[in-house]
Amino acid sequence: MALWYLTRATGATALVLLTLSVALGVVNVERFASPRFPRFVVDGWHRTVSLLVCVLLAVHVVTTVVDGYAPIRIADVVIPFVSTYRPLWLGLGALALDLLVALIVTSLLRERIGVRAWRAVHWAAYACWPLAFLHGLGTGSDIRAGWVTWVALGCAAVVLGAVAVRLADRAIARQRRIGAVAALVAVVLGVAVWLPSGPLAKGWAEKAGTPASLLGGKHTTTARRTTP
Amino acid sequence: MTPRRTSVPDAPPAEELVVDPIACTGHGLCAELFPERVALDDWGYPMIHGSVSPDLHEHAVRAVKACPALALKLHRAR
Amino acid sequence: MTDRLLAGLHGRGPITLDRHRAIHGPLPDAGPDLIATVEAAGLRGRGGGGFPAAVKLAAVAEARRRPVVVVNGTEGEPMSAKDRALMRHTPHLVLDGAISAARAVGARDVLVAAPPDSAAVLAGALSERGELGSRHTPRITLTASAVGYVAGEETAVLAHLEGRPPLPRVTPPRPAQSGFRGRPTLVQNVETLAHLGLIARHGAAWFREAGTAARPGTMLVTVSGAVRAPGVHEVPVGTSLPEVLDRAGGATEPPTAFLVGGYFGAWVRPDAVGLALDDAVLRAHGAAVGAGVVVALGASSCPVAETARLATYLAAESAGQCGPCFNGLPAIAAVVERFATARTVRGDGERLTRWIDMVKRRGACAHPDGFARMLETATRVFRDDFEEHARTGRCARCHADPVLLLPRPARAAATA
Repeated sequence: MALWYLTRATGATALVLLTLSVALGVVNVERFASPRFPRFVVDGWHRTVSLLVCVLLAVHVVTTVVDGYAPIRIADVVIPFVSTYRPLWLGLGALALDLLVALIVTSLLRERIGVRAWRAVHWAAYACWPLAFLHGLGTGSDIRAGWVTWVALGCAAVVLGAVAVRLADRAIARQRRIGAVAALVAVVLGVAVWLPSGPLAKGWAEKAGTPASLLGGKHTTTARRTTP
Repeated sequence: MTPRRTSVPDAPPAEELVVDPIACTGHGLCAELFPERVALDDWGYPMIHGSVSPDLHEHAVRAVKACPALALKLHRAR
Repeated sequence: MTDRLLAGLHGRGPITLDRHRAIHGPLPDAGPDLIATVEAAGLRGRGGGGFPAAVKLAAVAEARRRPVVVVNGTEGEPMSAKDRALMRHTPHLVLDGAISAARAVGARDVLVAAPPDSAAVLAGALSERGELGSRHTPRITLTASAVGYVAGEETAVLAHLEGRPPLPRVTPPRPAQSGFRGRPTLVQNVETLAHLGLIARHGAAWFREAGTAARPGTMLVTVSGAVRAPGVHEVPVGTSLPEVLDRAGGATEPPTAFLVGGYFGAWVRPDAVGLALDDAVLRAHGAAVGAGVVVALGASSCPVAETARLATYLAAESAGQCGPCFNGLPAIAAVVERFATARTVRGDGERLTRWIDMVKRRGACAHPDGFARMLETATRVFRDDFEEHARTGRCARCHADPVLLLPRPARAAATA
């Protein structure tokens, strides 16, 4: 039981920190600097927060696999969509993890591979966060708990703000910017429309692919008011 | 800090910090981390003055690692 | 005086192979020994850098991989016409030099970068020769050179030949170590190779019969501006400036100053003692022989207007790769323009001096350095004119016909 709580807690915290990492990444690339927050501080925080995400994810992943309640194997952690437990939604998490590993490894080896190769892979950061977010919505047992919903939406708002700042950069070609904004709007609207009838609605666990043996068991949570 | 003699025969030689002017895009982290040897010109690009003595080696390495454009290199002085 | 490079010019098109052989004799087979001869001759590069040719040849010959020879006929310097003159009138001399250099360093490939009409003449000369790609003669390939002021820089030529934009690279490594596609490359100016072609025939002692002990041989000088017969002339190195002007038909009006070397060179006063095409002499005036350009600025031109226009042109010709250059040069040119039009703001004088100093040696190539040299000498030689313009703005001479040719910036032309 404790392991399952740890999984959920580290998952939620990892999402918050990943959100912070994306925001710091944008602040970094936009070269924001002030006397109190010089460039090397922003850069250093971005790197440190990203590494913290890895630590949390390590716990998140290990507790998931070790906790035998849900049938999630080691392979399911890195190979997307092969699990028996909510294959799509878990798979998105596996995909996000794979991308994050690529981001971290290329960043640690940046001096070896050069800036061009590093930057090409780093664009994947903009894919990593949505995958992690959707994974959280799809597999998260707590999503219908009020405060968790607000935290998730808060993270989404922060990332949207960061992406908006990034897209406002003059260096981006007009065509690209228009295309990116259009895609962004489509995705946001899609998720917004889907949420109420999806993860936020009753019966999501079954719809998401939770094995029948687990449905109605002690690990599922129902929406419970907790003091924020 | 222990005082150093200036002409120790086996003292490690000074190093040169060199910027690749084409790779450099003026982020300025080097000047923040190594103000002893790096100043920024009026357009935000680094001007390196003097060589890197052994006691400054770590600061130089930190600046090299922090550069987002990987434009800095630390060479042994010729 | 006997013309060497320009011997036999008849103004009826390029010198044919037969005529070339009649004038200069046959080209002896060359090998690595030629390098020692070139060293004894003391030949220096005629592209602007003045670097000893033998040192370059030796560096390339020593390399492990098979080297390449690049003939640099780009001539991005607008006031220089000597390379074009050689390629169009004495193409066989240029080819002789290229082939001799290739044999000396063991190269099997010669790449020529030249403007289209010069390349056409060279192509004609090549077809006259026929026996290319054999064991003794390298393969020679002609490529249209890129347009633009910095396009003639060694590494920019290499980039262009490799199919990339004609922009300079960071050195080291120098082309002699890693040049065309990473191979050891000898990049030489057209005129340097022409001299080499004659040294291969006549030897070091002959080469030293002209010129000075420190800077031997003859050189091509492009004289323009307020002279009666502007054009390319061959003179011994060390010839005095008054003599050079005489060769160009004499001045049409009293000169205010000379721009020596090229747009990257220096302005010198006409009354400067002992002015001659000799680096040892010119150094005292902050100048150098450079690419053999001499522009006489007459009294009817405004030196401030010419300098301001030139500064703006050079700033626009920046390759745009290095922050201090593509930021600093336009900023400096704007200040110069403010001086020229009496629109200076507080601190402009100090700003000008500080910024000129700030851009020196801050780029991947020598463009900002040449820009700084041109402006420093301008503000020194034309100090009074600058001060007057700062007070009263444009003068009557500002609207005279421009003396300095400023082709539309290559990048603007490309996107037009």
